Amino acid sequence: MSASGEPAVLLTGNHAVAWGARLARPQVAPVYPITPQTPVLEKLTEFQARGEFDAEILTPESEHSVMSACIPASLAGARVFTATASQGLLLMHELLHYASGARAPIVMANVNRTVASPWAFWPDQTDSLAQRDTGWIQLYVESAQEALDTVVQAFRIAEQALLPVLVNLDAFYVSHALEPVRVPSQATVDAYLPPFAPARRLDTAHPSGWGNVVTQEMYAAHRRAIEDAMAQVPALAAEADREWAAHTGRSHGVVERYRCDGAKTVVVTLGSLCGTAREAVDGLRDAGHAVGLVKVRLFRPLPAAALRAALDGVADAIVLDRNHSPGAGGVLAQELRAAFCGSAGAPRIRGCLAGVGGVNVPPERIAEWVLQTPAGHAPAPMEWMR
Amino acid sequence: MSDATTTGSPAPAGPAEELLCPGHAACPGCVEPLTVRHVLGVLGPDTMAVIPPSCMAIIAGPQPFSSLRIPVYQPTLESSAAAASGLRRALDARGERDTQVIVLAGDGGTYDIGLQCLSSAAERNENILYFCLDNEGYMNTGGQKSSSTPHFASTGSTPAGKTARKKNLAEIVAAHGVPYVATASVGHLADLRRKVAKARAIRGFRLLTLLIPCLDGWGLRDDGALAAARHAVECGAFPLFEIEDGCRYTINQPRPTRPVAEYLALQRRYRHLTAEQTRVLQAEVDEGWARLERRAA
Repeated sequence: MSASGEPAVLLTGNHAVAWGARLARPQVAPVYPITPQTPVLEKLTEFQARGEFDAEILTPESEHSVMSACIPASLAGARVFTATASQGLLLMHELLHYASGARAPIVMANVNRTVASPWAFWPDQTDSLAQRDTGWIQLYVESAQEALDTVVQAFRIAEQALLPVLVNLDAFYVSHALEPVRVPSQATVDAYLPPFAPARRLDTAHPSGWGNVVTQEMYAAHRRAIEDAMAQVPALAAEADREWAAHTGRSHGVVERYRCDGAKTVVVTLGSLCGTAREAVDGLRDAGHAVGLVKVRLFRPLPAAALRAALDGVADAIVLDRNHSPGAGGVLAQELRAAFCGSAGAPRIRGCLAGVGGVNVPPERIAEWVLQTPAGHAPAPMEWMR
Repeated sequence: MSDATTTGSPAPAGPAEELLCPGHAACPGCVEPLTVRHVLGVLGPDTMAVIPPSCMAIIAGPQPFSSLRIPVYQPTLESSAAAASGLRRALDARGERDTQVIVLAGDGGTYDIGLQCLSSAAERNENILYFCLDNEGYMNTGGQKSSSTPHFASTGSTPAGKTARKKNLAEIVAAHGVPYVATASVGHLADLRRKVAKARAIRGFRLLTLLIPCLDGWGLRDDGALAAARHAVECGAFPLFEIEDGCRYTINQPRPTRPVAEYLALQRRYRHLTAEQTRVLQAEVDEGWARLERRAA
């Protein structure tokens, strides 16, 4: 199918997420309000009130109960969507492990917001990056359009891998900024995303269960099966994106190289900082510097092979981490160092804590950091950028 | 078993097929599988169970075995009512509206850690049937106190006796205005089966608290669980009643016919009681009965 010709409308990232969810036709949507995710919830209930969205919307007393409801709903064979942010995601932590263990292909949008204490409401990705070991696939988006497209793609990836997917968008920069978005037709999405029809489900006609106590060997075998499924995800995500391009004309990649040809220095980051870094790279290129951007869209599992290829021949990788792991620095920098560990010709990886707590990062500042990167010696494990 | 002390219509006959199989892992002499066998016998095979960590999760069996011939989802300890709600909505979305979604939880998972989501499911009047298998403590972890443990009872975490009274779960849930709340006991089997059948026919949030005397946790004789269950009702410590729509109370037994002391004497967990503490417990039971009679009047 060729690119669809829908006109662009102005949507916030949150409303784009709600449109993506609506078009994916989930059957159950438990959800609890939290700033800055609330417009997702309100748009879905508005769609439902207008008769345009017929999912069972469930509004329990906490995010913990939201995820508790999502898992058996998914195991009963329903497509399930929810959305949260920050403290809500942290409250779900126990159930995030439970969901991936149950192989429940839930899709959840998370609006990246600072983690308390102290209280704050600004863009910061520590909330989701702290969930990296929970068995959820993680994608990060930089625009409202990408948010819509990624929610739909996420269902396809989740239901093929039988693993849950977290779609992350930065607070306010993406969640609340109005941008032109092309909303695909229902027919386009229906052609792309078949109904959820798992081979096994909770069914009184064929009684079986989930959650029984297992032996050590059964537990270990189950973890290996989850790992095998994770190993398929970079290819599944790339295929889901290519197919989306065939249906809509839009592709976002798993890892995106932006103006990297011949680049000796490359900025590597996640989410809305990619948009800022594009401007910085454009300015630096205009001034004659061989600088590019690598955007990490799929963070978990980290597409290590794709990242090594994307950074082949690069001398310096400047990782911008809008998150903080005390004692270890930025999470993306740690992950990138691990991906290159033992590789010949690995770039020097400069771990920059940039924009932590929502501190503004203008493009000019990124350009300064690039130009001030000292050549030829090992960088510090982490640097607080100002 | 005939049961002349209870009121209401006779219990319906159970299906020929047993939904709880022999070979399960309950302690010998435990009345929890007996209770659940009758519950499932009334409900029938078009039933899905949510079973959090509890004695019942052990009885349901380790993978790859199951003692239950119905689908079972085992959630985290604190999330049964939320999990059952999600399961219910998924079945509704699939058009499987007649399938019963039940919870078989213990008192720890209900009175304590699961109360928040239980309240929320009751507030939303979710169409689920919640059974609290109430053995008055964390018996699956070796017998520690819960907020269902009665006043003065000795447990692993209250060796000198619990200083607080038992929480009144039935009235807490009824205060949400849900269609049906009841207490029942396998010691009064006809009443139990009638209530399960009645709950089965109602849509919306329903809760049955079923007293499960615990041989080990209460310190009963190996064959003493049924006698303890009957004494608990007959002395008024665990009265049998129903609350419909949060306001219409029906008492399903005669006035207490035994002193509380006879019930306490069956159990090692009360062996340390002083005469004064026994008098206090009798006064608390009398007060509870009088309040129940006022509400049912």
